[in-house]
Amino acid sequence: MSFDYLQLLKLCAPETIVVVTALVVLFLDLAWLRTEPNRTRMTLAAMFTAAGCVAAFMWMLVVPEKASLLNGMLVVDPLTQLVKQSLLVLTLFTALLSIETTFTDHVGEFFALLLLATVGMMFLVSSEELLMIFVSLELTSLSLYILTAFNKHNSKSAEAALKYFLFGGMAAAATLFGMSLIYGLSGATNLRAIAAALTGPTLDPLLLAAIVMTVIGLGFKVAAVPFHLWVPDAYEGAPTPSAAFIASGSKVASFFILAKVMMLGFAGAEGSGAWKAYVPGWVPVIALVAALSLVLGNLAAIAQKSVKRLLAYSAIAHAGYMLLGVMADSSTGVASLVFYVITYALTTVGAFGVVAIVEQSGGDKLTDFAGLSRRAPLVALCLMVFILSLAGIPPLAGFFGKFYLFTAAAAAGKQSLGLLWLVILALAMSCVSLYYYLKVLKQAYVAPSPEDAPRLRVEISSSVALIILAAGVVLLGCAPNLLLGKLLSAIKAAGF
Amino acid sequence: MLAWTIYISFLGVAVLMCLPRGNARAARIVALATALGGLALAVGGFLEHKPGAEIATVARLPWIPSLGIEYHLATDGISIVLVLLTGLAAVAGILFSWNIEHRAKEFFAFYLALIGGVYGVFLSFDLFLLFVFYEIAIIPKYFLIAIWGSTNREFGAMKLALYSFVGSAMVLIGLVAAFVVAGGHSMNLIELAKFPFPESFQTWAFPLVFIGFAILAGLWPFHTWAPTGHVAAPTAASMLLAGVVMKLGAYGCLRVAMTLFPAGLLVWRDAIAWLAVIGIVYGAMVALTQKDFKFVIGYSSVSHMGFVLLGLMTLNEVGLSGAVLQMFSHGIIAGLLFAVVGRMVYDRAHTRDLAILEGMGLAKAIPFAAVTFVIAAVASMGLPGFSGFVAELQVLIGAWRAMPTLAVVAGVGIVIGVAFTLRTVVKAFFGETDSSAERRTPVRRESNAANDEHAELELGAPLEPISVPERFGAVMLIAVTVVVGLYPRVLLDVIVPAFGSPLFDALRKGGWL
Repeated sequence: MSFDYLQLLKLCAPETIVVVTALVVLFLDLAWLRTEPNRTRMTLAAMFTAAGCVAAFMWMLVVPEKASLLNGMLVVDPLTQLVKQSLLVLTLFTALLSIETTFTDHVGEFFALLLLATVGMMFLVSSEELLMIFVSLELTSLSLYILTAFNKHNSKSAEAALKYFLFGGMAAAATLFGMSLIYGLSGATNLRAIAAALTGPTLDPLLLAAIVMTVIGLGFKVAAVPFHLWVPDAYEGAPTPSAAFIASGSKVASFFILAKVMMLGFAGAEGSGAWKAYVPGWVPVIALVAALSLVLGNLAAIAQKSVKRLLAYSAIAHAGYMLLGVMADSSTGVASLVFYVITYALTTVGAFGVVAIVEQSGGDKLTDFAGLSRRAPLVALCLMVFILSLAGIPPLAGFFGKFYLFTAAAAAGKQSLGLLWLVILALAMSCVSLYYYLKVLKQAYVAPSPEDAPRLRVEISSSVALIILAAGVVLLGCAPNLLLGKLLSAIKAAGF
Repeated sequence: MLAWTIYISFLGVAVLMCLPRGNARAARIVALATALGGLALAVGGFLEHKPGAEIATVARLPWIPSLGIEYHLATDGISIVLVLLTGLAAVAGILFSWNIEHRAKEFFAFYLALIGGVYGVFLSFDLFLLFVFYEIAIIPKYFLIAIWGSTNREFGAMKLALYSFVGSAMVLIGLVAAFVVAGGHSMNLIELAKFPFPESFQTWAFPLVFIGFAILAGLWPFHTWAPTGHVAAPTAASMLLAGVVMKLGAYGCLRVAMTLFPAGLLVWRDAIAWLAVIGIVYGAMVALTQKDFKFVIGYSSVSHMGFVLLGLMTLNEVGLSGAVLQMFSHGIIAGLLFAVVGRMVYDRAHTRDLAILEGMGLAKAIPFAAVTFVIAAVASMGLPGFSGFVAELQVLIGAWRAMPTLAVVAGVGIVIGVAFTLRTVVKAFFGETDSSAERRTPVRRESNAANDEHAELELGAPLEPISVPERFGAVMLIAVTVVVGLYPRVLLDVIVPAFGSPLFDALRKGGWL
């Protein structure tokens, strides 16, 4: 069988564009920009990054492909393309919001790593094969470890990266172990082939071990309890743009692949997480992780004084919500999960963008946000949109996301309303979350600004990025069908 | 046309956000114009409304086709009355917050956002849409109280926001479950009301949704947000809270919980009726012992809202239409009472302590306030000639037919209501004046919000006279309650036929209604 390299190149074109952009950014900065002031370098590098992302995005828009190559190593269909496009959008906004910050002299390296992490995520989402999944997971993770450590003036940054790296290494080991068990059981590495090989009347205990191991590895990436310990430290210590990217892009890719591995790879071993009707399988495992994430994330967030840590715990809580979509185990579930994770990621990038701006004149403590509505009205308004969307207040995107997730989860399973207990838990916890989200807004809108606080200076690029993000969050909330319609037809076409 | 009540309110928010900072006058005028526009549309809609069982569609567009969610606005006799109430309360609230200078533009922006949400709830016939508007109303309330409030404002605001949110979360659980059980094709209220939900499902779904809504209606024992919230809120916000926001809860109970789950309703009916009656008596008794003028009114709202909930539980035409009329009537009267306490008295005397007010001889210092308050108090006590009388009488008649014991207990509540109202009138306005100083007025303090303690009393200038916007607002509200009191058919002719609509089919089939 001869292999068509031309087709491979064509299918990989978006990834190739991003890699080339990474190299160009690195080279330009090294060759010509070293002597320029930091701000100029940041702006130019960010612009190149953005251009690369737009180019890759447009390529996918203009050349829609549908193919599966090399035993599922590279699967290109409307769904993976949609997710990849959203990843590129997130990278673009992260790049725009980084212009504001001044934490590093290594501008080229920063943007190159950002793009490489993106490439890792893009390969991750378009793979249905264990080895490729692991390799792209590692490419993403290693880039993110370095991005976390990027602020050399801050020891917290190094500490955060080390923690992230050590936990990540352990999780990767667990994943690899789980994958080896799966391979041993099924003799296949393609997800669909695995599912076909594993169907049997009873659940092999070894398969359960494999499921648990895989959940550990991927649970680490999506920041679910009990694999969440790195999250608050990494979010707090990492330079804000890196944290934004870890919280958004990485989350989108990891959740997508988690859903794929569980729903495709372990199809037939679902079990049931229904109340009083427990059947072993992957659904109850995830149900446990989800319940823990919901409770711990939301309760721990109340006690936080740093906004970044607060967002970190809220990210853990949101991982809990999103796991409901995975458990729904249906095409509606996937649709609700992808919708939620994309809107959540856009919102989070925006929230971190606001944090980055506020940090310039102080820290990221709650009290540093005092009187933000007087010091920078537009930024405060954007913050309000992002925070309320995270809290799930209509008419913002977060609300419809939650509603859709909950209906998908409630309708899941053979026994209708089986997972309703998790929906109830999630809604109860979302009431808790309103408390700490309002605490942030209370600082921004209610608390008077300190006497000596100056009006904040905001870069135009940041303002534009924040306004577009906020408008997007409002738009996707008021007219969810803009994304949902595309998503549903893509899922149909992909046969998920 | 009526849909524009919603759009115009949010348009007003947008215009206000674009205004330059610090121009309070412009903000006030924009807000008033917006609210008047809304009122005009509401009155127009009310006049055009043809009494009958028909549900008139205002707008119907597909919104999220994959879930069968529609943008569906419609009206019937019940919602049109409440839309009219919203229009009146919105205008009155702005007239009584004419003196807001601190961040005026933001104040009115939050205010109009709240109004827009309220109009939306009353007009929505798609449950998803209704819920969206219902939650939109939560956040502006928080900011209105936390930024411009008084006594313990941040606590009161947070408590109110969390109570509302817990209530709406309960509602959402019920709605999601109902949506899934009914097949997940439609969130249309009329469609879902036709669906026969299994009885076992209704038995737990009904209390969830009903109590979720009733939290906002001040159902005892979930009412505790109401007094603290009302007291902490600035005048306009407490007028809206008592005037229309509590009605959102009662409206949700009637429109959603009772029509979707009639079998569940019958299981829980007695329990809820008892809670409503306890609320009537308890609210009145607590009001009797309050030292703070505004707490008296806060608890009286709990008591009067008890009549609404009791009326809903009677399940007969007299009681149900009485409940809706009581929603309207209480909205107007509570607004008036809060206007007197918050704006006319507190903004001038800087205290709400009844013991201190007693020595100030306010009846002589600000006679207009005294007259207004006496009229409002008399209306609130349920004297014939005012709207409160008709409404509460109907509820009592309905209750007497359905559950006589409860009607008697509620009657006791009315008597206590008379007692606390008279006590408050005497203490606040007609106390013995201190002979050494005919007119005492405290030093005027800076800022409107942060002062929690009572202002120091000092001999000085007379109290600032009642301003023109206040007079307009008071006269408008008094006129409405008198008109409705003397000729209740103006509203009842619209309300009563509405119970013939297909929404209430299930209740009618059960032999109720």
